Amino acid sequence: MTNLSLARTWKRQPFIENQTVRYSIYAGVILYLFLSFNTFEINWIRVWEGLPRGQKFLAGFAPPDFISRWEEIVDGVLESLWMTVASTVVGIFISIPVALGAARNIAHPSVYYFCRGIIAISRSFHEILLAIFFVKFFGFGPFAGFVTLSFATIGFFAKLLTEDIEDTSVSQSEAIQATGANWWQWINYGIQPQVMPRMIGLGLYRFDINFRESAIVGVVGGGGIGATLNTAFDRYEFDSAAAILIVIITIVFLVEYTSGIVRKQVQ
Amino acid sequence: MLRLEALHKRYATGEVALTGVDLEVPKGQVMALIGPSGAGKSTLIRCVNRLVPPTGGRIFFNNEDVTRLSSRKLLKMRRQMGMIFQEFALVERLSVMENVLSGRLGYVGFWRSFLRKFPQSDIDEAFRLLKRIGLDHMVDKRADELSGGQRQRVGIARALIQDPQLLLVDEPTASLDPKTSRQIMRLICELAHERNLACVINIHDVPLAKMFAQRVVGLRLGEIVYDGTPEGLNDDVLTEIYGEEDWHINKYAPKAAQQESSWDEEDTEEPAAMAS
Repeated sequence: MTNLSLARTWKRQPFIENQTVRYSIYAGVILYLFLSFNTFEINWIRVWEGLPRGQKFLAGFAPPDFISRWEEIVDGVLESLWMTVASTVVGIFISIPVALGAARNIAHPSVYYFCRGIIAISRSFHEILLAIFFVKFFGFGPFAGFVTLSFATIGFFAKLLTEDIEDTSVSQSEAIQATGANWWQWINYGIQPQVMPRMIGLGLYRFDINFRESAIVGVVGGGGIGATLNTAFDRYEFDSAAAILIVIITIVFLVEYTSGIVRKQVQ
Repeated sequence: MLRLEALHKRYATGEVALTGVDLEVPKGQVMALIGPSGAGKSTLIRCVNRLVPPTGGRIFFNNEDVTRLSSRKLLKMRRQMGMIFQEFALVERLSVMENVLSGRLGYVGFWRSFLRKFPQSDIDEAFRLLKRIGLDHMVDKRADELSGGQRQRVGIARALIQDPQLLLVDEPTASLDPKTSRQIMRLICELAHERNLACVINIHDVPLAKMFAQRVVGLRLGEIVYDGTPEGLNDDVLTEIYGEEDWHINKYAPKAAQQESSWDEEDTEEPAAMAS
Protein backbone atom coordinates (compact mmCIF):
# COMPACT_ATOMS: atom_id res chain seq x y z
CA MET A 1 0.00 0.00 0.00
CA THR A 2 2.96 2.33 0.63
CA ASN A 3 4.24 1.93 -2.92
CA LEU A 4 2.42 4.46 -5.13
CA SER A 5 3.21 2.66 -8.35
CA LEU A 6 0.97 -0.17 -7.12
CA ALA A 7 -2.08 2.08 -6.60
CA ARG A 8 -4.91 0.82 -8.78
CA THR A 9 -7.65 3.08 -10.06
CA TRP A 10 -11.24 2.00 -10.16
CA LYS A 11 -14.27 3.22 -12.08
CA ARG A 12 -17.80 1.89 -12.08
CA GLN A 13 -18.39 -0.32 -15.09
CA PRO A 14 -20.69 1.44 -17.58
CA PHE A 15 -24.03 -0.22 -18.26
CA ILE A 16 -23.28 -0.42 -22.00
CA GLU A 17 -19.71 -1.49 -22.46
CA ASN A 18 -19.05 -0.42 -26.07
CA GLN A 19 -18.28 3.30 -26.16
CA THR A 20 -19.54 3.91 -29.70
CA VAL A 21 -22.81 2.11 -29.02
CA ARG A 22 -23.23 3.99 -25.77
CA TYR A 23 -22.76 7.47 -27.21
CA SER A 24 -24.85 6.79 -30.30
CA ILE A 25 -27.72 5.67 -28.07
CA TYR A 26 -27.46 8.87 -26.03
CA ALA A 27 -27.37 10.96 -29.24
CA GLY A 28 -30.33 9.05 -30.68
CA VAL A 29 -32.46 9.63 -27.59
CA ILE A 30 -31.73 13.37 -27.60
CA LEU A 31 -32.43 13.65 -31.35
CA TYR A 32 -35.71 11.78 -31.01
CA LEU A 33 -36.85 13.99 -28.13
CA PHE A 34 -35.98 17.10 -30.13
CA LEU A 35 -37.87 15.87 -33.19
CA SER A 36 -40.95 14.84 -31.23
CA PHE A 37 -41.21 18.24 -29.57
CA ASN A 38 -41.03 19.81 -33.02
CA THR A 39 -44.02 17.83 -34.28
CA PHE A 40 -46.32 19.77 -31.95
CA GLU A 41 -46.48 22.72 -34.37
CA ILE A 42 -47.72 25.18 -31.80
CA ASN A 43 -49.22 28.31 -33.36
CA TRP A 44 -48.48 30.90 -30.70
CA ILE A 45 -50.70 33.53 -32.28
CA ARG A 46 -53.71 31.24 -32.04
CA VAL A 47 -52.83 30.36 -28.49
CA TRP A 48 -52.80 34.07 -27.66
CA GLU A 49 -56.11 34.64 -29.37
CA GLY A 50 -57.65 31.64 -27.66
CA LEU A 51 -56.73 32.75 -24.14
CA PRO A 52 -59.82 34.93 -23.54
CA ARG A 53 -62.06 32.13 -24.78
CA GLY A 54 -60.37 29.71 -22.40
CA GLN A 55 -60.93 32.21 -19.65
CA LYS A 56 -64.64 32.38 -20.48
CA PHE A 57 -64.81 28.60 -20.53
CA LEU A 58 -63.19 28.32 -17.11
CA ALA A 59 -65.36 31.13 -15.78
CA GLY A 60 -68.36 29.06 -16.83
CA PHE A 61 -67.40 26.56 -14.15
CA ALA A 62 -67.71 29.10 -11.36
CA PRO A 63 -69.65 29.10 -9.22
CA PRO A 64 -70.40 25.38 -9.23
CA ASP A 65 -74.12 24.75 -9.39
CA PHE A 66 -75.10 21.90 -7.11
CA ILE A 67 -78.77 22.78 -7.02
CA SER A 68 -80.39 22.67 -10.44
CA ARG A 69 -79.13 19.19 -11.28
CA TRP A 70 -78.91 17.85 -7.72
CA GLU A 71 -81.23 14.91 -8.30
CA GLU A 72 -79.30 13.77 -11.37
CA ILE A 73 -76.03 14.11 -9.48
CA VAL A 74 -77.30 11.99 -6.58
CA ASP A 75 -78.66 9.38 -8.98
CA GLY A 76 -75.37 9.32 -10.87
CA VAL A 77 -73.28 8.97 -7.73
CA LEU A 78 -75.49 6.20 -6.36
CA GLU A 79 -75.33 4.39 -9.68
CA SER A 80 -71.54 4.71 -9.75
CA LEU A 81 -71.23 3.42 -6.20
CA TRP A 82 -73.51 0.51 -7.04
CA MET A 83 -71.36 -0.29 -10.08
CA THR A 84 -68.18 0.01 -8.03
CA VAL A 85 -69.32 -2.26 -5.19
CA ALA A 86 -70.83 -4.88 -7.48
CA SER A 87 -67.94 -4.97 -9.93
CA THR A 88 -65.29 -5.07 -7.18
CA VAL A 89 -67.01 -7.95 -5.40
CA VAL A 90 -67.71 -9.93 -8.56
CA GLY A 91 -64.26 -9.19 -9.98
CA ILE A 92 -62.49 -10.38 -6.83
CA PHE A 93 -64.73 -13.41 -6.60
CA ILE A 94 -63.68 -14.49 -10.10
CA SER A 95 -60.06 -13.42 -9.54
CA ILE A 96 -59.40 -15.79 -6.65
CA PRO A 97 -59.68 -19.06 -8.59
CA VAL A 98 -57.88 -17.47 -11.52
CA ALA A 99 -55.05 -16.38 -9.23
CA LEU A 100 -54.78 -19.84 -7.67
CA GLY A 101 -54.63 -21.33 -11.16
CA ALA A 102 -52.02 -18.86 -12.31
CA ALA A 103 -49.64 -19.33 -9.37
CA ARG A 104 -46.72 -21.45 -10.47
CA ASN A 105 -46.19 -23.02 -7.05
CA ILE A 106 -49.77 -24.31 -6.80
CA ALA A 107 -51.26 -24.94 -10.21
CA HIS A 108 -50.82 -27.73 -12.70
CA PRO A 109 -49.11 -26.48 -15.91
CA SER A 110 -52.24 -26.91 -18.05
CA VAL A 111 -54.34 -24.77 -15.72
CA TYR A 112 -51.45 -22.37 -15.32
CA TYR A 113 -51.31 -21.29 -18.97
CA PHE A 114 -55.10 -21.04 -19.20
CA CYS A 115 -55.30 -18.74 -16.17
CA ARG A 116 -52.29 -16.70 -17.26
CA GLY A 117 -54.13 -16.24 -20.56
CA ILE A 118 -57.23 -14.86 -18.82
CA ILE A 119 -55.09 -12.39 -16.91
CA ALA A 120 -53.20 -11.34 -20.04
CA ILE A 121 -56.41 -10.73 -22.00
CA SER A 122 -57.96 -8.74 -19.19
CA ARG A 123 -54.85 -6.64 -18.78
CA SER A 124 -54.29 -5.90 -22.44
CA PHE A 125 -57.39 -3.71 -22.82
CA HIS A 126 -57.86 -0.41 -21.12
CA GLU A 127 -61.18 0.20 -19.35
CA ILE A 128 -62.25 2.67 -22.03
CA LEU A 129 -61.83 0.15 -24.83
CA LEU A 130 -63.65 -2.50 -22.81
CA ALA A 131 -66.43 -0.05 -22.02
CA ILE A 132 -66.89 0.91 -25.67
CA PHE A 133 -67.08 -2.77 -26.54
CA PHE A 134 -69.49 -3.72 -23.75
CA VAL A 135 -71.72 -0.69 -24.39
CA LYS A 136 -72.10 -1.91 -27.98
CA PHE A 137 -72.66 -5.41 -26.65
CA PHE A 138 -75.17 -4.77 -23.82
CA GLY A 139 -76.47 -1.35 -24.77
CA PHE A 140 -76.13 1.94 -22.89
CA GLY A 141 -76.40 1.93 -19.12
CA PRO A 142 -74.73 0.86 -15.92
CA PHE A 143 -74.76 -2.85 -16.72
CA ALA A 144 -72.15 -2.33 -19.43
CA GLY A 145 -70.10 -0.33 -16.94
CA PHE A 146 -70.44 -3.04 -14.33
CA VAL A 147 -69.24 -5.73 -16.75
CA THR A 148 -66.35 -3.53 -17.86
CA LEU A 149 -65.11 -2.89 -14.35
CA SER A 150 -65.54 -6.51 -13.26
CA PHE A 151 -63.53 -7.68 -16.23
CA ALA A 152 -60.80 -5.12 -15.64
CA THR A 153 -60.68 -6.07 -11.95
CA ILE A 154 -59.77 -9.65 -12.84
CA GLY A 155 -56.61 -8.65 -14.67
CA PHE A 156 -55.46 -6.39 -11.89
CA PHE A 157 -56.45 -8.40 -8.85
CA ALA A 158 -55.58 -11.87 -10.12
CA LYS A 159 -52.19 -10.74 -11.38
CA LEU A 160 -51.12 -9.16 -8.10
CA LEU A 161 -52.64 -11.90 -5.97
CA THR A 162 -50.79 -14.49 -8.06
CA GLU A 163 -47.51 -12.76 -7.39
CA ASP A 164 -48.27 -12.77 -3.69
CA ILE A 165 -49.17 -16.46 -3.72
CA GLU A 166 -45.92 -17.23 -5.50
CA ASP A 167 -44.04 -15.33 -2.80
CA THR A 168 -45.52 -17.32 0.09
CA SER A 169 -43.13 -19.19 2.35
CA VAL A 170 -42.49 -22.72 1.13
CA SER A 171 -41.81 -24.07 4.60
CA GLN A 172 -45.17 -22.94 5.97
CA SER A 173 -47.11 -24.52 3.14
CA GLU A 174 -44.90 -27.65 3.30
CA ALA A 175 -45.67 -28.01 6.99
CA ILE A 176 -49.40 -28.07 6.27
CA GLN A 177 -48.90 -30.62 3.48
CA ALA A 178 -46.94 -32.82 5.86
CA THR A 179 -49.95 -33.16 8.17
CA GLY A 180 -51.91 -35.04 5.51
CA ALA A 181 -54.14 -32.06 4.69
CA ASN A 182 -56.03 -32.24 1.40
CA TRP A 183 -55.69 -29.60 -1.33
CA TRP A 184 -58.45 -27.32 -0.08
CA GLN A 185 -57.23 -27.52 3.51
CA TRP A 186 -53.73 -26.79 2.33
CA ILE A 187 -54.92 -23.61 0.56
CA ASN A 188 -57.02 -22.61 3.56
CA TYR A 189 -54.33 -23.19 6.21
CA GLY A 190 -51.04 -22.96 4.35
CA ILE A 191 -51.61 -20.26 1.73
CA GLN A 192 -54.61 -18.12 2.68
CA PRO A 193 -53.27 -16.78 6.00
CA GLN A 194 -50.11 -15.70 4.22
CA VAL A 195 -51.87 -13.72 1.48
CA MET A 196 -54.91 -12.42 3.39
CA PRO A 197 -53.57 -8.98 4.41
CA ARG A 198 -52.47 -8.26 0.88
CA MET A 199 -55.79 -9.47 -0.49
CA ILE A 200 -57.72 -7.04 1.70
CA GLY A 201 -55.37 -4.22 0.79
CA LEU A 202 -55.64 -4.97 -2.92
CA GLY A 203 -59.42 -5.23 -2.69
CA LEU A 204 -59.69 -1.77 -1.16
CA TYR A 205 -57.25 -0.37 -3.64
CA ARG A 206 -59.24 -1.83 -6.50
CA PHE A 207 -62.46 -0.39 -5.03
CA ASP A 208 -60.75 2.96 -5.17
CA ILE A 209 -59.71 2.49 -8.80
CA ASN A 210 -63.12 1.16 -9.82
CA PHE A 211 -64.88 4.24 -8.49
CA ARG A 212 -62.61 6.53 -10.47
CA GLU A 213 -62.97 4.37 -13.56
CA SER A 214 -66.75 4.34 -13.17
CA ALA A 215 -66.70 8.08 -13.88
CA ILE A 216 -64.69 7.48 -17.07
CA VAL A 217 -66.76 4.52 -18.19
CA GLY A 218 -69.92 6.65 -17.97
CA VAL A 219 -68.56 9.09 -20.54
CA VAL A 220 -68.63 6.42 -23.24
CA GLY A 221 -72.11 5.22 -22.26
CA GLY A 222 -71.50 2.95 -19.29
CA GLY A 223 -73.85 4.79 -16.89
CA GLY A 224 -73.09 6.26 -13.49
CA ILE A 225 -71.77 9.70 -12.58
CA GLY A 226 -69.74 9.77 -15.80
CA ALA A 227 -72.96 9.77 -17.82
CA THR A 228 -74.30 12.66 -15.74
CA LEU A 229 -71.06 14.55 -16.30
CA ASN A 230 -71.18 13.91 -20.02
CA THR A 231 -74.77 15.17 -20.23
CA ALA A 232 -73.84 18.33 -18.35
CA PHE A 233 -71.04 19.02 -20.83
CA ASP A 234 -73.27 18.28 -23.80
CA ARG A 235 -75.78 20.88 -22.56
CA TYR A 236 -73.00 23.44 -21.90
CA GLU A 237 -73.99 23.44 -18.21
CA PHE A 238 -70.43 23.95 -17.03
CA ASP A 239 -71.50 25.06 -13.55
CA SER A 240 -73.28 21.73 -13.01
CA ALA A 241 -70.27 19.91 -14.49
CA ALA A 242 -68.07 21.67 -11.96
CA ALA A 243 -70.35 20.51 -9.16
CA ILE A 244 -70.13 16.93 -10.45
CA LEU A 245 -66.33 17.10 -10.65
CA ILE A 246 -66.16 18.37 -7.08
CA VAL A 247 -68.41 15.54 -5.92
CA ILE A 248 -66.22 12.97 -7.72
CA ILE A 249 -63.03 14.41 -6.27
CA THR A 250 -64.50 14.45 -2.77
CA ILE A 251 -65.63 10.83 -2.95
CA VAL A 252 -62.29 9.69 -4.37
CA PHE A 253 -60.51 11.44 -1.52
CA LEU A 254 -62.82 9.90 1.05
CA VAL A 255 -62.45 6.40 -0.37
CA GLU A 256 -58.68 6.74 -0.67
CA TYR A 257 -58.37 8.06 2.87
CA THR A 258 -60.50 5.34 4.47
CA SER A 259 -58.94 2.53 2.45
CA GLY A 260 -55.51 3.81 3.48
CA ILE A 261 -56.48 3.60 7.15
CA VAL A 262 -57.93 0.10 6.78
CA ARG A 263 -54.90 -1.15 4.84
CA LYS A 264 -52.57 0.11 7.53
CA GLN A 265 -54.65 -1.66 10.17
CA VAL A 266 -54.47 -4.94 8.29
CA GLN A 267 -50.75 -4.93 7.45
CA MET B 1 -41.10 -50.11 10.94
CA LEU B 2 -39.49 -47.71 8.47
CA ARG B 3 -37.35 -49.32 5.81
CA LEU B 4 -35.62 -47.62 2.90
CA GLU B 5 -34.42 -49.79 0.03
CA ALA B 6 -31.95 -48.35 -2.46
CA LEU B 7 -33.59 -44.93 -2.11
CA HIS B 8 -32.46 -42.68 -4.93
CA LYS B 9 -33.23 -39.04 -5.60
CA ARG B 10 -32.17 -37.00 -8.57
CA TYR B 11 -33.56 -33.45 -8.79
CA ALA B 12 -34.81 -31.93 -12.03
CA THR B 13 -31.64 -29.84 -12.06
CA GLY B 14 -29.65 -33.05 -12.48
CA GLU B 15 -28.20 -32.94 -8.99
CA VAL B 16 -28.17 -36.35 -7.36
CA ALA B 17 -29.03 -36.05 -3.66
CA LEU B 18 -29.35 -39.70 -2.66
CA THR B 19 -27.52 -42.58 -4.30
CA GLY B 20 -29.24 -45.76 -3.20
CA VAL B 21 -29.69 -45.49 0.54
CA ASP B 22 -30.63 -48.59 2.57
CA LEU B 23 -31.80 -47.92 6.09
CA GLU B 24 -34.05 -49.51 8.66
CA VAL B 25 -35.45 -47.78 11.71
CA PRO B 26 -37.26 -49.93 14.29
CA LYS B 27 -40.15 -48.76 16.45
CA GLY B 28 -39.16 -46.53 19.35
CA GLN B 29 -35.66 -45.75 18.13
CA VAL B 30 -34.29 -42.20 18.17
CA MET B 31 -31.89 -41.95 15.26
CA ALA B 32 -29.73 -38.94 14.44
CA LEU B 33 -28.84 -38.29 10.84
CA ILE B 34 -25.66 -36.26 10.55
CA GLY B 35 -23.59 -35.08 7.64
CA PRO B 36 -22.31 -31.95 5.89
CA SER B 37 -24.65 -29.50 4.18
CA GLY B 38 -25.80 -30.90 0.87
CA ALA B 39 -25.28 -34.51 1.93
CA GLY B 40 -28.96 -35.26 1.35
CA LYS B 41 -30.26 -35.32 4.93
CA SER B 42 -33.22 -33.06 4.25
CA THR B 43 -33.97 -34.83 1.01
CA LEU B 44 -33.97 -38.17 2.79
CA ILE B 45 -36.58 -37.28 5.36
CA ARG B 46 -38.67 -35.41 2.79
CA CYS B 47 -38.69 -38.50 0.61
CA VAL B 48 -40.19 -40.50 3.45
CA ASN B 49 -43.41 -38.47 3.48
CA ARG B 50 -43.05 -37.67 -0.22
CA LEU B 51 -42.84 -33.91 0.15
CA VAL B 52 -40.03 -34.67 -2.28
CA PRO B 53 -40.89 -37.51 -4.67
CA PRO B 54 -38.09 -40.10 -4.77
CA THR B 55 -36.79 -41.10 -8.21
CA GLY B 56 -35.80 -44.63 -7.35
CA GLY B 57 -35.90 -47.32 -4.68
CA ARG B 58 -38.64 -48.02 -2.22
CA ILE B 59 -39.81 -46.85 1.16
CA PHE B 60 -41.69 -49.23 3.40
CA PHE B 61 -43.66 -47.89 6.32
CA ASN B 62 -45.31 -50.64 8.35
CA ASN B 63 -44.69 -52.89 5.34
CA GLU B 64 -46.61 -50.61 2.99
CA ASP B 65 -44.74 -49.15 0.03
CA VAL B 66 -44.99 -45.36 0.39
CA THR B 67 -43.58 -44.74 -3.09
CA ARG B 68 -46.55 -46.42 -4.77
CA LEU B 69 -49.41 -44.94 -2.82
CA SER B 70 -52.22 -43.15 -4.61
CA SER B 71 -52.47 -39.51 -3.64
CA ARG B 72 -55.50 -40.24 -1.44
CA LYS B 73 -53.67 -42.98 0.43
CA LEU B 74 -50.60 -40.79 0.68
CA LEU B 75 -52.58 -38.21 2.66
CA LYS B 76 -53.66 -40.97 5.05
CA MET B 77 -50.07 -42.16 5.32
CA ARG B 78 -48.80 -38.66 6.10
CA ARG B 79 -51.02 -38.56 9.19
CA GLN B 80 -48.84 -41.31 10.63
CA MET B 81 -45.67 -39.26 10.14
CA GLY B 82 -45.27 -36.13 12.23
CA MET B 83 -42.78 -33.62 10.91
CA ILE B 84 -40.85 -30.99 12.81
CA PHE B 85 -39.06 -28.30 10.81
CA GLN B 86 -36.03 -26.12 10.75
CA GLU B 87 -37.12 -22.50 11.38
CA PHE B 88 -40.30 -24.03 12.86
CA ALA B 89 -42.48 -23.49 9.76
CA LEU B 90 -45.50 -22.41 11.77
CA VAL B 91 -48.13 -20.56 9.78
CA GLU B 92 -47.24 -17.18 11.19
CA ARG B 93 -50.58 -15.45 10.88
CA LEU B 94 -52.50 -18.26 12.53
CA SER B 95 -52.88 -18.53 16.28
CA VAL B 96 -51.01 -21.05 18.41
CA MET B 97 -54.18 -23.13 18.71
CA GLU B 98 -54.84 -23.10 14.96
CA ASN B 99 -51.27 -24.16 14.33
CA VAL B 100 -51.56 -27.05 16.75
CA LEU B 101 -54.97 -28.08 15.39
CA SER B 102 -53.63 -27.99 11.82
CA GLY B 103 -51.96 -31.26 12.80
CA ARG B 104 -55.46 -32.79 12.73
CA LEU B 105 -56.22 -31.68 9.15
CA GLY B 106 -55.70 -35.18 7.83
CA TYR B 107 -58.45 -36.45 10.13
CA VAL B 108 -61.20 -33.85 9.69
CA GLY B 109 -63.16 -32.82 6.62
CA PHE B 110 -62.67 -29.56 4.78
CA TRP B 111 -65.71 -27.70 6.10
CA ARG B 112 -64.99 -28.55 9.72
CA SER B 113 -61.43 -27.30 9.35
CA PHE B 114 -62.54 -24.27 7.34
CA LEU B 115 -65.00 -23.23 10.06
CA ARG B 116 -62.46 -24.15 12.77
CA LYS B 117 -65.01 -26.54 14.27
CA PHE B 118 -62.69 -29.35 15.28
CA PRO B 119 -64.06 -32.28 17.32
CA GLN B 120 -63.96 -31.71 21.07
CA SER B 121 -61.52 -34.62 21.47
CA ASP B 122 -59.02 -32.80 19.21
CA ILE B 123 -59.39 -29.61 21.20
CA ASP B 124 -58.92 -31.50 24.48
CA GLU B 125 -55.79 -33.13 23.10
CA ALA B 126 -54.50 -29.77 21.87
CA PHE B 127 -54.93 -28.24 25.33
CA ARG B 128 -53.26 -31.27 26.92
CA LEU B 129 -50.26 -30.98 24.60
CA LEU B 130 -50.03 -27.22 25.04
CA LYS B 131 -49.99 -27.74 28.81
CA ARG B 132 -47.30 -30.38 28.40
CA ILE B 133 -45.07 -27.97 26.45
CA GLY B 134 -45.93 -25.14 28.84
CA LEU B 135 -47.76 -22.87 26.40
CA ASP B 136 -51.39 -23.33 27.45
CA HIS B 137 -51.55 -19.66 28.45
CA MET B 138 -50.74 -18.55 24.90
CA VAL B 139 -53.47 -20.35 23.02
CA ASP B 140 -54.74 -17.31 21.12
CA LYS B 141 -51.42 -15.60 20.52
CA ARG B 142 -50.40 -15.34 16.90
CA ALA B 143 -47.51 -17.65 16.07
CA ASP B 144 -45.24 -14.79 15.01
CA GLU B 145 -45.48 -13.29 18.51
CA LEU B 146 -43.63 -16.24 20.06
CA SER B 147 -39.91 -16.67 20.70
CA GLY B 148 -37.90 -19.25 18.78
CA GLY B 149 -38.05 -21.90 21.50
CA GLN B 150 -41.78 -21.39 21.98
CA ARG B 151 -42.40 -21.66 18.26
CA GLN B 152 -40.51 -24.91 18.02
CA ARG B 153 -42.53 -26.31 20.92
CA VAL B 154 -45.72 -25.41 19.05
CA GLY B 155 -44.20 -27.19 16.04
CA ILE B 156 -43.66 -30.26 18.20
CA ALA B 157 -47.25 -30.13 19.45
CA ARG B 158 -48.49 -29.86 15.85
CA ALA B 159 -46.55 -32.98 14.91
CA LEU B 160 -47.67 -34.96 17.97
CA ILE B 161 -51.36 -34.17 17.72
CA GLN B 162 -51.31 -36.15 14.47
CA ASP B 163 -50.86 -39.17 16.72
CA PRO B 164 -47.96 -40.33 14.53
CA GLN B 165 -45.87 -43.47 14.73
CA LEU B 166 -42.84 -41.78 13.26
CA LEU B 167 -41.31 -38.35 13.77
CA LEU B 168 -39.35 -36.77 10.95
CA VAL B 169 -37.31 -33.96 12.42
CA ASP B 170 -35.39 -31.57 10.18
CA GLU B 171 -32.71 -29.51 11.95
CA PRO B 172 -34.90 -28.72 14.96
CA THR B 173 -32.28 -26.60 16.68
CA ALA B 174 -30.71 -24.78 13.73
CA SER B 175 -31.93 -21.35 14.81
CA LEU B 176 -31.95 -21.78 18.59
CA ASP B 177 -29.44 -20.90 21.27
CA PRO B 178 -27.52 -23.75 22.96
CA LYS B 179 -29.71 -23.93 26.06
CA THR B 180 -33.00 -23.85 24.13
CA SER B 181 -31.54 -26.39 21.70
CA ARG B 182 -30.97 -28.83 24.54
CA GLN B 183 -34.44 -28.24 25.95
CA ILE B 184 -36.05 -28.80 22.56
CA MET B 185 -34.03 -31.97 21.91
CA ARG B 186 -34.89 -33.26 25.37
CA LEU B 187 -38.58 -32.55 24.81
CA ILE B 188 -38.59 -34.33 21.46
CA CYS B 189 -36.80 -37.36 22.86
CA GLU B 190 -38.97 -37.52 25.98
CA LEU B 191 -42.17 -37.37 23.98
CA ALA B 192 -40.88 -39.91 21.47
CA HIS B 193 -39.99 -42.20 24.35
CA GLU B 194 -43.36 -41.79 26.08
CA ARG B 195 -45.22 -42.71 22.92
CA ASN B 196 -42.67 -45.23 21.69
CA LEU B 197 -42.19 -43.36 18.40
CA ALA B 198 -39.48 -43.93 15.88
CA CYS B 199 -37.62 -40.72 15.30
CA VAL B 200 -35.31 -39.58 12.50
CA ILE B 201 -33.55 -36.36 13.45
CA ASN B 202 -31.42 -34.40 10.99
CA ILE B 203 -28.91 -32.47 12.98
CA HIS B 204 -25.77 -30.45 12.37
CA ASP B 205 -24.67 -30.35 15.97
CA VAL B 206 -22.63 -33.51 16.56
CA PRO B 207 -22.33 -33.20 20.38
CA LEU B 208 -26.10 -32.78 20.58
CA ALA B 209 -26.62 -35.83 18.39
CA LYS B 210 -24.30 -37.85 20.63
CA MET B 211 -26.14 -36.66 23.70
CA PHE B 212 -29.67 -37.55 22.64
CA ALA B 213 -29.65 -40.24 19.96
CA GLN B 214 -29.50 -43.99 20.45
CA ARG B 215 -28.09 -44.43 16.98
CA VAL B 216 -26.21 -42.17 14.61
CA VAL B 217 -26.17 -42.44 10.84
CA GLY B 218 -23.65 -40.40 8.87
CA LEU B 219 -24.50 -39.32 5.37
CA ARG B 220 -22.00 -38.06 2.81
CA LEU B 221 -22.81 -37.19 -0.79
CA GLY B 222 -26.07 -39.11 -0.62
CA GLU B 223 -24.48 -42.24 0.80
CA ILE B 224 -24.42 -43.75 4.27
CA VAL B 225 -20.82 -43.81 5.53
CA TYR B 226 -21.47 -44.50 9.20
CA ASP B 227 -24.17 -46.37 11.04
CA GLY B 228 -23.61 -47.11 14.67
CA THR B 229 -23.66 -45.98 18.25
CA PRO B 230 -23.06 -42.36 19.31
CA GLU B 231 -19.94 -43.57 21.18
CA GLY B 232 -18.46 -44.87 17.98
CA LEU B 233 -18.25 -41.37 16.52
CA ASN B 234 -14.50 -40.84 16.80
CA ASP B 235 -12.31 -38.42 14.84
CA ASP B 236 -11.73 -40.89 12.02
CA VAL B 237 -15.44 -41.36 11.56
CA LEU B 238 -16.06 -37.61 11.63
CA THR B 239 -13.39 -37.19 8.97
CA GLU B 240 -15.03 -39.91 6.95
CA ILE B 241 -18.37 -38.09 7.14
CA TYR B 242 -17.37 -34.46 6.90
CA GLY B 243 -13.98 -34.61 5.18
CA GLU B 244 -10.45 -33.83 6.36
CA GLU B 245 -10.34 -31.48 9.36
CA ASP B 246 -8.37 -31.14 12.55
CA TRP B 247 -11.10 -31.92 15.08
CA HIS B 248 -9.27 -30.64 18.18
CA ILE B 249 -6.45 -28.21 17.64
CA ASN B 250 -7.07 -24.55 16.94
CA LYS B 251 -3.66 -22.95 16.47
CA TYR B 252 -5.11 -19.43 16.71
CA ALA B 253 -6.94 -19.96 19.97
CA PRO B 254 -4.15 -19.24 22.51
CA LYS B 255 -2.92 -16.21 20.57
CA ALA B 256 -6.38 -14.73 20.31
CA ALA B 257 -6.77 -15.11 24.02
CA GLN B 258 -3.51 -13.24 24.67
CA GLN B 259 -4.18 -10.17 22.50
CA GLU B 260 -7.32 -9.20 20.68
CA SER B 261 -5.62 -7.44 17.77
CA SER B 262 -4.08 -10.72 16.65
CA TRP B 263 -7.37 -11.48 14.89
CA ASP B 264 -6.82 -8.76 12.30
CA GLU B 265 -3.32 -9.97 11.55
CA GLU B 266 -4.46 -13.52 11.04
CA ASP B 267 -7.31 -12.39 8.83
CA THR B 268 -5.08 -10.47 6.48
CA GLU B 269 -2.59 -13.30 6.29
CA GLU B 270 -5.10 -15.91 5.20
CA PRO B 271 -6.05 -14.63 1.72
CA ALA B 272 -2.44 -13.77 0.92
CA ALA B 273 -1.39 -17.30 1.70
CA MET B 274 -4.16 -18.68 -0.46
CA ALA B 275 -3.35 -16.44 -3.40
CA SER B 276 0.30 -17.47 -3.60
